[in-house]
Amino acid sequence: MRKIILESFIHGPLTERSPGADADAVAEYAAALERAARRRFGRSLAIRQVDAGSCNGCELEIHALSNAFYDVERFGLRFVASPRHADVLLVTGPVTRNMREALERTWRATPDPKWVVAVGDCAADGGMFAGSYACVGAVSAVVPVDLHIRGCPPGPTALLRGLLALVQGGATDHAA
Amino acid sequence: MQDPPTLADLLGAGRAVANHRPWPRAAVTPESWLLATRQLAAERLALLGYWGERDAVHMAAFEESSGAIGVLSLDCPEGHFPSVAQLHPPALHLEAAIRDLFGLEPRGSPDPRPWLDHGRWDIRHPLGRRDGPAEPRPYEFLPAEGESLHEIAVGPVHAGIIEPGHFRFTAQGETVVRLEERLGYVHKGVESLMAGAESGWAARLAGRVSGDSTVAYGLAFARAAEAALGIEAPRRAAWLRALMAELERLANHFGDIGAVCNDAAFSLMHAHCGILRERVLRAADACFGHRLMRDRIVPGGVASDLGDHGVARLRELIAEIRRRFPKLVELYDNTASLQDRTVATGVLSAALARQYACGGFVGRASGRTFDARRAPSYPPYDELRFDVPVLDAGDVNARVWVRISEVEASLSLIDQILDRLPPGAVCVETPAAGSAQEAMALVEGFRGDVLVWLRLDGSGRVERCHLRDPSWFQWPLLEAAIEGNIVADFPLCNKSFNCSYSGHDL
Repeated sequence: MRKIILESFIHGPLTERSPGADADAVAEYAAALERAARRRFGRSLAIRQVDAGSCNGCELEIHALSNAFYDVERFGLRFVASPRHADVLLVTGPVTRNMREALERTWRATPDPKWVVAVGDCAADGGMFAGSYACVGAVSAVVPVDLHIRGCPPGPTALLRGLLALVQGGATDHAA
Repeated sequence: MQDPPTLADLLGAGRAVANHRPWPRAAVTPESWLLATRQLAAERLALLGYWGERDAVHMAAFEESSGAIGVLSLDCPEGHFPSVAQLHPPALHLEAAIRDLFGLEPRGSPDPRPWLDHGRWDIRHPLGRRDGPAEPRPYEFLPAEGESLHEIAVGPVHAGIIEPGHFRFTAQGETVVRLEERLGYVHKGVESLMAGAESGWAARLAGRVSGDSTVAYGLAFARAAEAALGIEAPRRAAWLRALMAELERLANHFGDIGAVCNDAAFSLMHAHCGILRERVLRAADACFGHRLMRDRIVPGGVASDLGDHGVARLRELIAEIRRRFPKLVELYDNTASLQDRTVATGVLSAALARQYACGGFVGRASGRTFDARRAPSYPPYDELRFDVPVLDAGDVNARVWVRISEVEASLSLIDQILDRLPPGAVCVETPAAGSAQEAMALVEGFRGDVLVWLRLDGSGRVERCHLRDPSWFQWPLLEAAIEGNIVADFPLCNKSFNCSYSGHDL
């Protein structure tokens, strides 16, 4: 074990440079937020992920955000275990009817001010599951959505850009 | 006394159904259906799949002694059929799903509770009679009686970044007396969306049944579609498909080996395994244009070829893994605090693994040798050499070790594929057959054997498609494996199984 830890000190970190914020996402976010709330959060966001019917593809890539290459915590973004601790709900899936109530209750359990980020094509419009008897469809049909990150699934870089827009959108507005 | 019937006898006693490939299908009488159920219960046959149609039920069975596979079908014009689960418990949830989706009643079923239908849909029996909605009823969990028992309800929204499901623990102090799982939260109506779909669209939907197994599902669907249409993917395509399947296996094994250690609070392994997983996904992206290789396998072949750059990139990847992984294995093996958590934890007995015909690393860590790549096998695995590691201990540690050995086997397979990748086309046309055709495919995903049963109509559209995730036969065994363990070891046990919610819920 000591050898592996020692090697980690000798070799440089794998963590890569920030991909920068997504311009469209910044715009969408900026329009959706209140200045006061941004001031309160500073540049840190606590994120609660909610799978509302995804195939698990989006979760795999959200997981990847925490690996050594992307290291999402350096941007002040961290995943929390309870909606009570969260500023942001990261919601995936075409919201199945069997998960609708759980999503609504999770949203209600999240203290204000809060944001919802819909991750993946399914969360945006139901994706390939749109029209099924078992799905509601877009996350925005169930809870208000502040930002969409599309993809099937969106890769870690796309996720990072979107989430950075959440943090930096506030900063940009602050400067203005 | 009469000898028990073989699968061939059971199929022979029924009416053979034409245009079902590659294994036979026969329509049988209720008596034969029950006789087959008894063979399942006696473990002379293994249940591979069990699904419904509007007016019929089907079971796919595997006879290990002869290697035979076949499908038995029972017409149920009266809307009921003899329960399989009454004699063979592994069929229980599949049977409840048949009742929920088709409205066919399993006579004699030991459990009347709905499974996928939580009373939230606008219709009941969406694939059958499409009845009006029922009032949602509270779900009755199984009772547990005894001194100082308490219940812990977990989910459907869990603390981590994982899929939703509900776990109801009954515990005495720290010890789990009973775990009951309630699933179905991510039921998306996949099989209803499949009906009437054009086969290319259906193939993409199949790739979205379980995100971590998108290659396995893509492959299973494509193989079923090709068998139905009586065509074969080009040789090069078959080899590229296996290459993708082994990359998918590597990525998942790395992710999960690390995650199991993380659930034992050993984050160093998690960090390093996460790096290897990311390297596999990046190589997959560079070679095939998608990190999870989604939609790369299509009926008829594969969507993208592998160039010389791709081959070089994959060779680098394999070399890097071979440099790094052995040190991590040594770390796992030599860390006493980690072994303390994984050894003798969450033991699955060989008897249960056999009864449930449990596939994948869960079965192989409990003495079951089945691997669909080996038997019934499919190209190119019949031309490749690989080990199928099997252990007997059945604990978390054994499941980790089977996966460590499978990483090594996959590396060797990728080497062989890159060395011998045949030249030629990577895709052929898939002309419609002109009449209805049926087929079944069985492929080995990282989690176990994925089964797809398909009926295409004359124009090549999907009439009925059933997709059976390996998790159907693994989820119930997690309930058994956790019994007598402490509540705090549940995440560890759960991760060591890593069953799919989405693949199961469909």
